[in-house]
Amino acid sequence: MSILVSKRSRVIVQGFTGKQGTFHAQQCIAYGTRVVGGITPGRGGTRHLDLPVFDTVHQAVAATAATVSMIYVPAAFAADAILEAADAGIELVVCITEGIPVNDMIRVKAALAGKPTRLIGPNCPGIITPDEAKIGIMPGFIHQKGCVGIVSRSGTLTYEAVHQTTAIGLGQSTCVGIGGDPVRGMNFIDVIELFERDPQTEGIVMVGEIGGSDEEAAAAHIARYVAKPVVAYIAGVTAPPGKRMGHAGAVVAGGKGTAADKYRALEQAGVRTVHSPAELGTAMAALLKVRARIRAAAARIDKRPSAMRGPPRKGPMTGKSAAGSRVKKKKPAAGKKKSAARKTPSRRKVVRRPARKK
Amino acid sequence: MNLHEYQSKKIFAAYGVPVPPGEVAASADEAQAVARKLGGAVWVVKAQVHAGARGKAGGVKVVRDLDAVHAAAEGMLGRRLVTKQTGAQGLPVGRVYVESGSQIAREIYLSLTLNREKSRIAVVTSAAGGMDIEEVAAKEPQKILSVTVHPAAGFEAYQARELAFGLGLAGPQVNEFTAILKALYKLYVEQDASLVEVNPLIVTQAGALVALDAKIGIDDNALFRHPELVALRDRSQEDPIEARAAEHDLNYVSLDGDIACMVNGAGLAMATMDIIKLHGGRPANFLDVGGGATAERVTAAFELILANEKVRAILVNIFGGIVRCDVIAEGIIAAVKKVDVKVPVVVRLEGTNAPQARALLAGSGLAVTPADGLTDAAKKAVAAARK
Repeated sequence: MSILVSKRSRVIVQGFTGKQGTFHAQQCIAYGTRVVGGITPGRGGTRHLDLPVFDTVHQAVAATAATVSMIYVPAAFAADAILEAADAGIELVVCITEGIPVNDMIRVKAALAGKPTRLIGPNCPGIITPDEAKIGIMPGFIHQKGCVGIVSRSGTLTYEAVHQTTAIGLGQSTCVGIGGDPVRGMNFIDVIELFERDPQTEGIVMVGEIGGSDEEAAAAHIARYVAKPVVAYIAGVTAPPGKRMGHAGAVVAGGKGTAADKYRALEQAGVRTVHSPAELGTAMAALLKVRARIRAAAARIDKRPSAMRGPPRKGPMTGKSAAGSRVKKKKPAAGKKKSAARKTPSRRKVVRRPARKK
Repeated sequence: MNLHEYQSKKIFAAYGVPVPPGEVAASADEAQAVARKLGGAVWVVKAQVHAGARGKAGGVKVVRDLDAVHAAAEGMLGRRLVTKQTGAQGLPVGRVYVESGSQIAREIYLSLTLNREKSRIAVVTSAAGGMDIEEVAAKEPQKILSVTVHPAAGFEAYQARELAFGLGLAGPQVNEFTAILKALYKLYVEQDASLVEVNPLIVTQAGALVALDAKIGIDDNALFRHPELVALRDRSQEDPIEARAAEHDLNYVSLDGDIACMVNGAGLAMATMDIIKLHGGRPANFLDVGGGATAERVTAAFELILANEKVRAILVNIFGGIVRCDVIAEGIIAAVKKVDVKVPVVVRLEGTNAPQARALLAGSGLAVTPADGLTDAAKKAVAAARK
């Protein structure tokens, strides 16, 4: 499993015959992505890269049953392209285009509200499920199929996280670049929610940056709903206030959106933060190791007769507490298991259930 | 891109937002002529710079005779105005705005800008006009009233009324306020603004509403559809190195450290600054050479970062995705030869064709220090800068 895209995803390219569209479509096809056609208004009926070209997204969807679109059209026409894809019933729109006017995105965002279409981007590297589908501009070869879900506002910093998790042998389930613009489609919370439900994803790496309060919102969400381990890095500790750091959305305005605020919120939510971007991989590996030990301990306990395991637990189970809290309940267990149990609740408030301490 | 007050007020007037009569002047004589033409007994001479907090910095003078207009303008023109928002170097004053004095009964704060959480334009207003709105927000948040606008519905009169009554306006002022807000929202959308700020919007002693100050910021990404606004750009108000960078499609921000960075990607560029600081150094700049870095751009980038005399070391950090590292390496070699780089250069190349790139650098005979990974690169750059 993975999230949002797999080898079954049928992909069309908007801005197919342009320079960017052509180059990146070729790269995606070479990676194994199931690209089924493209759109360039006025070029319908021709072929490009040995695939059919259509005038409109509606035509392309009717002919190819595509469910995903990746957009490489210039900024001036990108908002229109996103809306066209949504209107044609595309489930996932991945907009790579950088430099779309904010007011255009405000309209797009309002128009997409209530529609089933999901938007990734704009101004993003795209999405990749290693060995299955690469939909975007990321270098495919640095990825490796594995267990870490990555979500990031930055392109090259995502590659950094990918590189590190590959080097350490964890690999990635899916990587989503949500983009560096202030108004965008999917946000941290949307992606983290999917990772939490995805069985292949064992841990989540989140790469944020200065500007806005999406990281703070994600922290609040993680504290309440996420049991999987999360490692986070925030870029821009050294960024001066009031200056836009490359990305349209990366600006500390009116004292809000600082890296320090974001780190604080994430740490309060029990997220493992790293202050060096070089430690994303090792931090994730360390958390997963602890988790594996807890699981092993829980598995040993589960093998015992049920009479020894105490009464069944009440209330809904969150994925992680299933393992962790069961160990915790087992007070008379051996010392080693106890130490494993202690690590669980300390990491995440969500597993601490005061009511059950009675 | 920011506009000057005099430019913003012209646009305000075109949208029907009341502003005091006034004109811009480039010399003291011109300023005096403007005042004479305006008539009356009180004038305000205002330095035109892209920064707020001018009043406390001596950039706004209320004067009561024509000679004083001349003197005030002379005192501002050709100087650099240092305000709380400009930094120590200040901004050059090339023009002053001369307008008729207003009789102020009360001051209101008013602005339109993006609310990122809601992805909508927000109208923010406060009874504490004339003050630093960020201070008000921090100390007395209850004094700030705000509504957000649905882009399909547009700014509705009820929203204006909600704000007007909240501010304690009454009688015909409520309708005047509504008309002003509707006009400013129209301006914001049509001109692709990123900020429209009126601080203060005043109620005159006669009870009329007038925009005493005007500030407009335009979304750079939308400038392609506003050639008339591009013509209003004042490069003298921008950091010269940053302006030069923009000409080469490079994203550059000056900082006050001594380790220059050259990175591809905005996030990685920020991360590179952060890791330099983490290892005890101080970054001299933010520089994103972009995803499509070529040898020419790398050379331009080197020239740019070396224009800063404080630089004692350079850290190049490239994660080659679509950009091939060997191309970057060739660019670095060409640049170091051409630009005559005298400070140590630490290079970390990762990703596409990284091994070939490392071989190229090693065989170039240049004093370039290769680094293995982010941490190593940062440590080496910090050490090099301390030598």
